[in-house]
Amino acid sequence: MGDTANKNVLQLRDVKKIFSHGTIDEVTALNGINLTVQEQDFISIIGSNGAGKSTMLNVIAGVFPPERGGKVIIDGDDVTNLPEYRHSAYTGRVWQEPQVGTASKMTIEENLAMAYLRGKKRGLKAASNKELRALFREALKQLGLGLEDRLNAPVGTLSGGQRQSLSLVMATISKPAILLLDEHIATLDPKTAQTVLKLSKMIIDKEKMTTMMVTHNMEIALRFGNRLVMMHRGKVIVDIGEERKNTLTINDLVNAFEQASGEKFDDDSVLLSHR
Amino acid sequence: MFEMIGGLLAFSFYEGLVFGLIAVGMYLTFRMINFPDLGVEGSFPFGGAVVAVLIVKGWNPFIATIAAAFAGSLVGVATSMLNTKLRIPALLCGIIMIVSLWSINLRVMGNRANISLLREETIFHKIADLVGISYGRIEVDILVALVLAVITFFVLNWFLCTQIGLALRATGDNEQMVRGLGSDTEMNIVIGCSIANGLVALAGAVICQAQGFSDVGMGIGILVMGLASVILGDAIFRPKGVTSMLLAATAGAFVYRLFITVALRMGMPPGDLKLITGLLVTIALVIPFIRKKIRHEWVPPASRLF
Repeated sequence: MGDTANKNVLQLRDVKKIFSHGTIDEVTALNGINLTVQEQDFISIIGSNGAGKSTMLNVIAGVFPPERGGKVIIDGDDVTNLPEYRHSAYTGRVWQEPQVGTASKMTIEENLAMAYLRGKKRGLKAASNKELRALFREALKQLGLGLEDRLNAPVGTLSGGQRQSLSLVMATISKPAILLLDEHIATLDPKTAQTVLKLSKMIIDKEKMTTMMVTHNMEIALRFGNRLVMMHRGKVIVDIGEERKNTLTINDLVNAFEQASGEKFDDDSVLLSHR
Repeated sequence: MFEMIGGLLAFSFYEGLVFGLIAVGMYLTFRMINFPDLGVEGSFPFGGAVVAVLIVKGWNPFIATIAAAFAGSLVGVATSMLNTKLRIPALLCGIIMIVSLWSINLRVMGNRANISLLREETIFHKIADLVGISYGRIEVDILVALVLAVITFFVLNWFLCTQIGLALRATGDNEQMVRGLGSDTEMNIVIGCSIANGLVALAGAVICQAQGFSDVGMGIGILVMGLASVILGDAIFRPKGVTSMLLAATAGAFVYRLFITVALRMGMPPGDLKLITGLLVTIALVIPFIRKKIRHEWVPPASRLF
């Protein structure tokens, strides 16, 4: 690693996002985000509903551009105004709902073949072949779900947990610069959620992925990652590094929130949620 | 008796192969890329108009036919760009194109409603000469249709499994995912629509040469016919995967033409054919529903689109 260990993978500079501009429904979803993500960071992002977590991931993934003046720089390239399909050369993403990240009528093999070509130019070569199938089997094997023997099964026949695990493999198989996990275990049952979370950790460690994980769950945010970011009303209000993070408790987080935001913490769902 | 049945089958086989091109094109748009392109009702006569004008001008009929297919693919580009670039809903894009193409087709044919090819040399003459069968026999028609259908089948079967072809199919399944995996979904829809309309215009060019004239109204009913073939193919063969889908579309067209031909031979007035089409499509669509009802399965409310 050496000199690349502290490379900046992602920089957000003064990123703002306003929805329904100039109407009565105007919402400032992001209000000047400045964030630098270094190589192999694993950042947990927490915040209440409407804090701007998903909007921030959407801007990084290029679903929509930030307001004028904001910048998104990934791997040194200014990608601020690139369309989403060109952002994805840099970002792999797992969505909240398993059905968003996978194509249900297509087979596991076809889904992986699509994912394998992320960031590469698509041409008139066969989408899959023997070597790729071996690679896909290898990648699926590490999940321990038996999916490696079901390459020809339509993805619609898999369970939510299996689909989300497949999404994980699809998001990482082409080794993008950043992995974005957008509450990716929120719709799974508690047991499956733990399994998928463990698989996520395993793949992130193995591939040395730089990761941003949005979660609603403070306990998970504390348990995973080397850095914790708390968002509130479109701003980053707390940004904690590894050493401090390891000693934190949920109560410390609540206090940190109240101190930084000047508001009383009243989001019971965050505390009670066990997912 | 056997001769009559043989004749019926041969004729339906020929028609099934030609209309199968339309069915395959519509399978591509309606089922694979999930873009219900109604514009085929305009690109079919457009193919006929282009080929007729070019042949009358003295072009080689093969080159004129290829040019017609290419012109048709440009129609597909226009239809899909209305949707992807100007954000007009797909159904409306098709309707806009049908209306506009009526006038365009008249213009292409030099402000005439039809062009006769009776004294011109068509691909059917050329092929008849080439293989030494006399022009006008059903074998010639079948040979022409078979060659086109087989080429189309192999090319599409290969293309849809390439990297671009896979992205195209995935676009119809999950657009958000495809963008997230770095493929331009708008471009995929444009490519898919242009191939589909090219096939439909190719069918128009072939039919026009077979019947010996091009007519501005020859597209009327093509949309329903193509959909009927797609739906019959789906219901009878329940295809999974690229190859079986392509075969099912062509087979659906064959079954549909067989029903129509038999009905005509049984002495049904031609005016009743549309009712037969309506009944066929209804039956094909309702069978899976009844099957599930018998098994006490829950059936979700029908889609309000396609």
